[in-house]
Amino acid sequence: MSTPLNKLPIQAVINGEPKMFLAAPGQVLADVLRDELELIGTKIGCNTGDCGACSVLVNDRLVCSCLVLAAEVEGQSVQTIEGIADGAVLHPVQQKLLEHGGLQCGVCTPGVVVAAKALLDSNPNPTEEEARYWLAGNLCRCTGYDKIIHAVLDAAEAIREGAAS
Amino acid sequence: MAVQEFVAPKSLPEAQGIFANDGSASWLAGGTDLLVGMRLGMRDPSRIIDLKQIPELMALEVSDDSILIGAAASAYDILHNSEIGSLCPGLADALDLIGSTQIQGRCSAGGNLCNASPAADSIPALIANGAVCRILGSSGERLLPVEDFLVGPGKNALKADELLVQLVLPKPMLGTSDAYLRLTPRTEMDIAVAGTGVSITLDTAGVCTAARVAIGAVAPTALLVEAAGQALVGSKLEDEAIDSAVTAVRAAASPISDKRGSAQYRTHVVGVLVKRAIQRAQARINAGAKA
Ligand SMILES: Cc1cc2nc3c(=O)[nH]c(=O)nc-3n(C[C@@H](O)[C@@H](O)[C@H](O)COP(=O)(O)OP(=O)(O)OC[C@H]3O[C@@H](n4cnc5c(N)ncnc54)[C@H](O)[C@@H]3O)c2cc1C
Ligand code: FES
Ligand code: FES
Repeated sequence: MSTPLNKLPIQAVINGEPKMFLAAPGQVLADVLRDELELIGTKIGCNTGDCGACSVLVNDRLVCSCLVLAAEVEGQSVQTIEGIADGAVLHPVQQKLLEHGGLQCGVCTPGVVVAAKALLDSNPNPTEEEARYWLAGNLCRCTGYDKIIHAVLDAAEAIREGAAS
Repeated sequence: MAVQEFVAPKSLPEAQGIFANDGSASWLAGGTDLLVGMRLGMRDPSRIIDLKQIPELMALEVSDDSILIGAAASAYDILHNSEIGSLCPGLADALDLIGSTQIQGRCSAGGNLCNASPAADSIPALIANGAVCRILGSSGERLLPVEDFLVGPGKNALKADELLVQLVLPKPMLGTSDAYLRLTPRTEMDIAVAGTGVSITLDTAGVCTAARVAIGAVAPTALLVEAAGQALVGSKLEDEAIDSAVTAVRAAASPISDKRGSAQYRTHVVGVLVKRAIQRAQARINAGAKA
């Protein structure tokens, strides 16, 4: 794998902040996030779209950052796990994962959080089945999924109650 | 991955100009096949041409007589187009079965078709719906039915200078519906052992006036089984008619045996799926008639 010298300058809004970075024409977003932008919360498990550890939002759309070229996000907005919490205040999905013990080694967790946030943004009241299907592309080798799903449904409820109060 | 160049043309002529003078370029839609192929060392393009900035490739339009699907529009975009989903619920089901939420955010029907996997989920549903490929090349535009676009496993009918622009489906007429069913060992994130797309038209008396039956994962390419459709036309979809459609489908299947299932098993299963898909399409029409 030779590294071409012809890197492209890319401008994109990363977690709400305009950024400029260099990317090789064939470099995937996951690598750029981790290696150029030092946003190492995004994990790489498989690099082939199967595990979901690299999940990010591009223009609010949930995608695997290992299957997006960095050059494709020119002019777009990218949200990673680093942009999910509100400063020191965890997002309800993060809070509930902690409370339910929905993580062990934590490698899948950033992807799960980003994917679950995307679910709750588009569907504030998912059924368990909907949550399980939505998160089917986020593999977890540790928890057995139940705790993750319960945490997500609980977070949904917390967000709904927060919105109502 | 020694990609030397990434370009995102904004118009069709611009895209064609780039491709025509470079044989080692690859079109990029959602990248869920291309980037995986590059990662696995099966693809090594020197140039990548992103199609998603070209309006024609991203278009989703429903008119009086047709449905137009831009080749690079993602499954997510198609599934969130309420008109297409309600006109072709079977096609929507097929797209909704592809990969995960993340994959659906990117993968296109055009890419699924161009990649020409024998097990690709959207292809039998497109064939059942009578979809036609709008292809643009240096010598102009041509149209090709999806069933003729497939040449072999992983091989499509595009020439080196050609690009799939859109899929054009006839708008389903009153009394028409479709269904897509597949069998996978796991519920999610798996590849079909067998799949089938069916589109059926019934008149007000419940008599079938048109039918298209397509099968996937049981032959080198997805296939239109004309004899199966013919077996249904003129019937009220009684068991006898459905049984002859099933027989026709099993006769057309020529599956391989692999870890997902033996040839015998696949041949049996595709018949079962066809029967259920016919009944599902019929139920959808009846539900629509009552609504
Ligand atoms: C984890 C995972 C799970 C999957 N599960 C399924 C599944 O369950 N069922 C299923 O059917 N598929 C599945 N797939 C494959 C599916 O995502 C792809 O087939 C997808 O539909 C291809 O579309 P794309 O837009 O990503 O294409 P790309 O990868 O961008 O392109 C696919 C191929 O077609 C070419 N191409 C793309 N657009 C054009 C065009 N307009 N004109 C000419 N050539 C073009 C490209 O050069 C490339 O060779 C899965 C993939 C992954 C990674
Ligand atoms: S690293 Fe992207 S899906 Fe596994
Ligand atoms: S917590 Fe270890 S993979 Fe999910």
